[in-house]
Amino acid sequence: MTTTTVTPTKKKRVGLGLDPHLQRLVFMLAALLLLFAIMKTDSFTRVSTWQAMGVAFPEFGIMALGVMLTMITGGIDLSSVGIANMTAIASATVMLSIAPSGADAGQQATAVLVGVVLSIVLGTLAGVFNGFLVSKVRIPAILVTLGTLELFTGIAIVISAGKPLSGLPPAYSELLGGKILRIPMPLIIFVVLALVIGFILTKMAFGKKLYMIGSNATAAKFSGLNSVSLLVRTYALSGLCAGVAGLVMMANYNSAKADYGVAYTLLTVLIVVLGGVDPNGGSGRLIGVIMAIAILQILQSGLNTFPQVSNFYLPLIWGAVLLVVISTGNVGNGFLARFRKKG
Amino acid sequence: MQGLLGKLLRANEFYLFLIIVVVSLIIQARSGQFFTPNNLVDLANAMVVPGLFAIGAYLVIVSGGIDVSFPALASLAVYAVTRYLVDSGYQGSVILPFVLVIALGALLGAFNGVFTSRLAVPTLIITLGTANVFSGIMQGALSSVQISQLPPSMEAFGRASLFKATSATGLTSAMPVSFLLLVAVLAIVFFVMRYTMFGRGIFALGGDESSAVRAGFKVRRIKFWLYVIVGVIAALGGLVRTTSMGQMHPTNLLGMEMMVIAAVVLGGTAITGGTGSLTGVMLGTLLIVIVQNSMILVGVPTFWQRFALGLLIIVGTGVSAVQLTRRRKRQRLVAE
Repeated sequence: MTTTTVTPTKKKRVGLGLDPHLQRLVFMLAALLLLFAIMKTDSFTRVSTWQAMGVAFPEFGIMALGVMLTMITGGIDLSSVGIANMTAIASATVMLSIAPSGADAGQQATAVLVGVVLSIVLGTLAGVFNGFLVSKVRIPAILVTLGTLELFTGIAIVISAGKPLSGLPPAYSELLGGKILRIPMPLIIFVVLALVIGFILTKMAFGKKLYMIGSNATAAKFSGLNSVSLLVRTYALSGLCAGVAGLVMMANYNSAKADYGVAYTLLTVLIVVLGGVDPNGGSGRLIGVIMAIAILQILQSGLNTFPQVSNFYLPLIWGAVLLVVISTGNVGNGFLARFRKKG
Repeated sequence: MQGLLGKLLRANEFYLFLIIVVVSLIIQARSGQFFTPNNLVDLANAMVVPGLFAIGAYLVIVSGGIDVSFPALASLAVYAVTRYLVDSGYQGSVILPFVLVIALGALLGAFNGVFTSRLAVPTLIITLGTANVFSGIMQGALSSVQISQLPPSMEAFGRASLFKATSATGLTSAMPVSFLLLVAVLAIVFFVMRYTMFGRGIFALGGDESSAVRAGFKVRRIKFWLYVIVGVIAALGGLVRTTSMGQMHPTNLLGMEMMVIAAVVLGGTAITGGTGSLTGVMLGTLLIVIVQNSMILVGVPTFWQRFALGLLIIVGTGVSAVQLTRRRKRQRLVAE
């Protein structure tokens, strides 16, 4: 990769404005939709199918947005699920103490407000902690986030004593579980966050710098970038996304527990790699990641309409899709570069 | 002597050993039950499976990669073999299960090896993929369930003990035969890593891949066989766990990868590859096993375990990262 400019993509964009990887994703998505439409026409045309998807995918989709940012800088964030569960449990604990069951509307509103703010702040702080360890202590990102995944999950287990926290104020599930103009709230949150991140990546200097630091950390340093502050902010953003994802998960399950969504650690990495982000950093586009999320969710929902196929096949399909994509695509150039970069 | 002492003081293993001594003394002081014969045998027993896995993970990390697929690999290999033997009413000796598990482990390891040796993608991502494929095959295609009745010879192997240790309070623990397996694998891997071209090649590969190519190592071949060997070691670990539990619990091993990688890294193996010793790996595993097994002895509730593990990983890797940065800075000063 000789990224002489800060253009996010490797190839010059021509024609439809799509590089070959994105074209492949568009093709895959179209084929999947077509298959789904032909084989299961009735559930394909039902609005509720799409609404259910809009509720389900933001859980991991929002986390994947954060992981994408870290991977663009050449790092990775494996701790998203840990952050999401920790923040969800913390804010569930606080909400339960402010508004125990039978609380009036005012108490509930306060509880929800405090809970949401707490989740976001805690998530961001957890991300700052990750970023500090990556950029200042200079531990490889993969080890940092592996450790903090255990650490944050551990904190979640300790606070909740390993039990699910339920009985959240009804106002909470009304707010995050509700729909506006038939569009589920989680989907709206996802779209807003995706727009913000898209804006950061393409329009702000901060976004351009992420690509620079990812394609060549040394060169970025010598061109005067403050890599410590950049990385701390990146991981903080990823932590924020994880905190929001925790809120969505808490609304979907109507409870919080330390081991919700354990499969998402892999899934987020899979999505980001599938979306065409180079695991060694420096390239990747938001639109690819969003398409990867859509592909996986449609695959899963499509599979669920066949009762004879066990849900346990899902990891097999995810794993196979990941292996196929990395075997055929041009993701990743330097084998060791990823670990070297931070070491 | 000065040189030896200096070397000792610089070695990561020495400090790890000190930490283990301190931790054991604290546990002994608070519970009075650490240095009892049965607790020590229990620790040795608990070390067998993580120890085997850690040796495999060590090999991969030294080569500059990271493998997160070994628990899934071991579960699939052992589940498939046990299922087949139980369904066919196998009554023979324990040799056949071992041979089958080793063969299947090698096959699945080769599956990892094909991808890791051919693709220029971080092995973490490859093995994340294969781990899902393995557990998907086990849980989806083989629709795994718990097998509560093992073939008699496998069960007998799990129960077989070298000796029994009884402590003053009357608690008895048996040292399993499988401990010898750990010792044997450790000895073989030690020999291979130190005295064979293949072993030196793994170090060279982890140090700098392109230099290894220039130096004449057949990098692809080394990588492929490395993963085959790691598959075999992991599958053996899975078999030991199954026989010692007396039943096949398909998901029992899943999730162990984080703890094992933590053990290897705590033992001073650089995550960037190229360095690391088996002594360190065993000490790192011992520390984690002590923390997991003995927290109950000092009255810490079990749900602090993951918190402690996370803290161990961050502190352990943090210390070595800071050391590395300092050394680099010093070297740069000399160079300039």
